[in-house]
Amino acid sequence: MSLSDSTPVLELAGVRKTFGSVTALADGSITVYPGSIHALVGENGAGKSTLIKIVAGLHRRDSGIFRFRGADAAFSSTAEAKNAGIAVIYQEPTLFPDLSVTENIFMGRQPRSRGGRIDKQAMQDEAAEIFARLGVNLDLNRPADGLSIADQQIIEIAKAISLDAHLLIMDEPTAALSGVEVERLFAVARSLRDEGRGIVFISHRFDEIFSLCDTITVMRDGSYVATTPTAETSNDELVTMMVGREVADLYPKTQAEVGEVVLAVENLKSAGTFADISFTVRAGEIVGLAGLVGAGRSEIVRAIFGVDSYDSGSVALNGSPVPKGQPSAAIRAGMALVPEDRRQQGLVVDASLARNIGAAIRRRLSRFGLITTSAENRAAGPWAGRLEVKTSALSMNAATMSGGNQQKVAIAKWLATDPSLLIIDEPTRGIDVGTKAEVHRLLSQLAGEGMAILMISSELPEVMGMADRILVVGEGRISAELDREEATAEKVMHAATARHEKNRQEAAA
Amino acid sequence: MTAATRAQTRTSATERPVDESRTYAAYHRPWWFRTFISAEFLIIALLILVWIIATTSVDNFSGPLTVRYLLMDIAPLLMIALPMTLVIITGQIDLSVASTMGLSTVIVGILHVQVGLSIPVSGLLAILVGVLCGMFNGFLVAYVKLPSLAVTIGTLALYRGIAVGLLGTTALTDFDQGWSDLATSSVGESRIPAIMIPVVILILIFVVLLHFTPFGRGLYDIGHNEQAARFSGVNVARSQMTTFILTGSVSAAAGIFYTLRFGNSRGDNATGLELEVIAAVLLGGVLIFGGRGAIHGVLAGALLIGVLSSALRLEGVTVNVINIIIGLLLVISVLAPTLVAGAQRIRARLSGPSSRPGGSPPTAEPPESPDAPAQQNSTPHKTTPPETAHRESAPADSASKPTATP
Repeated sequence: MSLSDSTPVLELAGVRKTFGSVTALADGSITVYPGSIHALVGENGAGKSTLIKIVAGLHRRDSGIFRFRGADAAFSSTAEAKNAGIAVIYQEPTLFPDLSVTENIFMGRQPRSRGGRIDKQAMQDEAAEIFARLGVNLDLNRPADGLSIADQQIIEIAKAISLDAHLLIMDEPTAALSGVEVERLFAVARSLRDEGRGIVFISHRFDEIFSLCDTITVMRDGSYVATTPTAETSNDELVTMMVGREVADLYPKTQAEVGEVVLAVENLKSAGTFADISFTVRAGEIVGLAGLVGAGRSEIVRAIFGVDSYDSGSVALNGSPVPKGQPSAAIRAGMALVPEDRRQQGLVVDASLARNIGAAIRRRLSRFGLITTSAENRAAGPWAGRLEVKTSALSMNAATMSGGNQQKVAIAKWLATDPSLLIIDEPTRGIDVGTKAEVHRLLSQLAGEGMAILMISSELPEVMGMADRILVVGEGRISAELDREEATAEKVMHAATARHEKNRQEAAA
Repeated sequence: MTAATRAQTRTSATERPVDESRTYAAYHRPWWFRTFISAEFLIIALLILVWIIATTSVDNFSGPLTVRYLLMDIAPLLMIALPMTLVIITGQIDLSVASTMGLSTVIVGILHVQVGLSIPVSGLLAILVGVLCGMFNGFLVAYVKLPSLAVTIGTLALYRGIAVGLLGTTALTDFDQGWSDLATSSVGESRIPAIMIPVVILILIFVVLLHFTPFGRGLYDIGHNEQAARFSGVNVARSQMTTFILTGSVSAAAGIFYTLRFGNSRGDNATGLELEVIAAVLLGGVLIFGGRGAIHGVLAGALLIGVLSSALRLEGVTVNVINIIIGLLLVISVLAPTLVAGAQRIRARLSGPSSRPGGSPPTAEPPESPDAPAQQNSTPHKTTPPETAHRESAPADSASKPTATP
């Protein structure tokens, strides 16, 4: 594609943004051409979000060049940016759940017929036309409530198209999508590209970047590092540019001595969610739960931990049965769960770091039933230190920290319980490469110390890089069990999408 | 791709030296900041100010009987405000406390005057009724998961209805004189009424319960984020149940004191007291959305209401006007956190976007919600105060920097 002669749809150069003494963006530069899918990569804290927010009209830049379609731009609200033709699609779209798909697309700017009434027919027709163009089949009249995140994103994209957006920014759109959904999103993105729109794609997943994008811009520490055509770079080169040093390796898995059975799950069943779940996790072993989003993996571990109840089956830890539906009993038995949503489940983000790290060990911190802040601080300090949490004081609210740091706090909170089994759901979702490697190193180290680890991950490389054994969950059942040596991406994906009948045979084998 | 990512790796797990010696300051603000720049200190300062003004400019306020009657008047308020603090910190509310108190005076009256039981026995039974009232509220809120506002508006009417239904419009007044004297007696020769002894004990119990037990820590967690509390092993339903049982039983105990002090058992006793209790709690710096508050602030809030009403009454101001003032105070205390957040935003605008790391300047506030920058926090939690809601949606980029220790 020869794009050099056309005007860039978006041009940022040397854009600077500070918040008080903090420089969030020192040198934001990116040039996006129409008909191009442009990846923006960098660790958390590299300044991607700030840059996007300036383009989207959420922040005003302090200095630097910002041109949109060749003209100088400075948006002071999201509405202004939207009217100019910029659409941002977030990881989790916020739609009106009770309104229909069509109504959501045209919210706030419904076509009017004579007399000022909303022209429902025109709305329907245009929506149908957009979906046809995208090659997506969605019921236009169903309410948005209950739609998958993937479908919700499609509605956002349809909204962008109906606004005739020239620039679409997708901020980690695939984080919560399954493989099939990602493929559909990519197909839509490619068709938008072919219509001559510019697309900025933000993702932490390199495989997606390489399969979708034609150009990559790397940022680090608030500054522009490089822009390169995708074809001329490699995975390793990107990582090096992002972290500014060689990352020895992302999956430092070491062989640990496998000991006694720690967790034994038998015939666990919860009607409509999962069934026939039986497996064990041994000391020193990392067992990966792979599968599509929505296959029931999180539900299974939630039931094991007792946050949700289950219908039948049993859970035993170190040989003793764990009562169902009681997280406190599971914790006492030696179980820990770092949940998938750290902001809503893993942490109380409005509470301090010390309160959060001490949250699951309060009984142990108490003397004569009494707990003090200093006892919490004494317990929290070493754990924050061991996980290298970046903060100025133990009294800082978790809400003020970056995603990677929050995840470290969530892990610290559970390691403080000194568990024999650590269940960790999406250990590195939405955190940057550097922290990712730290978390992986930690998991490997913990397994080496004899901890049993059950890890859920939607990132295939992570599961295959870290797990000793992989259990693939498909439609609420364990559809395959693969050893580290025999696991390949194809086998895992195949098992994740296969049907039950076949699974039973494999599970029996 | 898989080949690259699965690169068999044999590096030591502790390849990069882990800095175990890293230490953290306990607090990011100095002690004086934490002590004096707080909602609690503000209300304590206000209390002292009002007290000084009342002593110097209101006739008879400094007289010997004022403190005595003031403390007796606010004893029920002080008592019920304690468990109410716990309920509100979990993000719930109990509007039925005054009705429970009224029911309690009726139960004591019937059992003592009509049935002829002794005061201790009828008192215990009244407290039992209070426990049952609280359990009923708690069951509907904690286990049936109904909103406490609706449930306790219902039981406000229900318990009051039972109280009035049991006694009709009659008043029972024939109480054991010894017990009535005890209720109005003083501690030794001082001006302090004897009821303050159990009140102080109750205060100590609640301070310990809220601020120094795992149970109390759990209440704050529930108020901030119920789901996260559950994931941490906090028994949310049982904690909520406990807080409602506490309001019920303490309200009943307050009812016994009320009955004995005035020697009077009527169905409409203590009508409307729930508003004063809630006003005291919110004035004391407890956030109506839950998750924040402390007992010392609530005590100051209750005392402030007591001192204000006492001083105004001595000035000849009518009860209606006093109610208007208390109502205004209540509204102001709920409004205050929002105003503080608003003031910060204005300050941020005046000094450029500098003073609030991560916060968006006011002009950038998105006018419509669907496109709001709520990547991670798509549905702002209802228990999130406006100020922190801002911080939550702050970009991770900028938020991570200021907290990093060099």
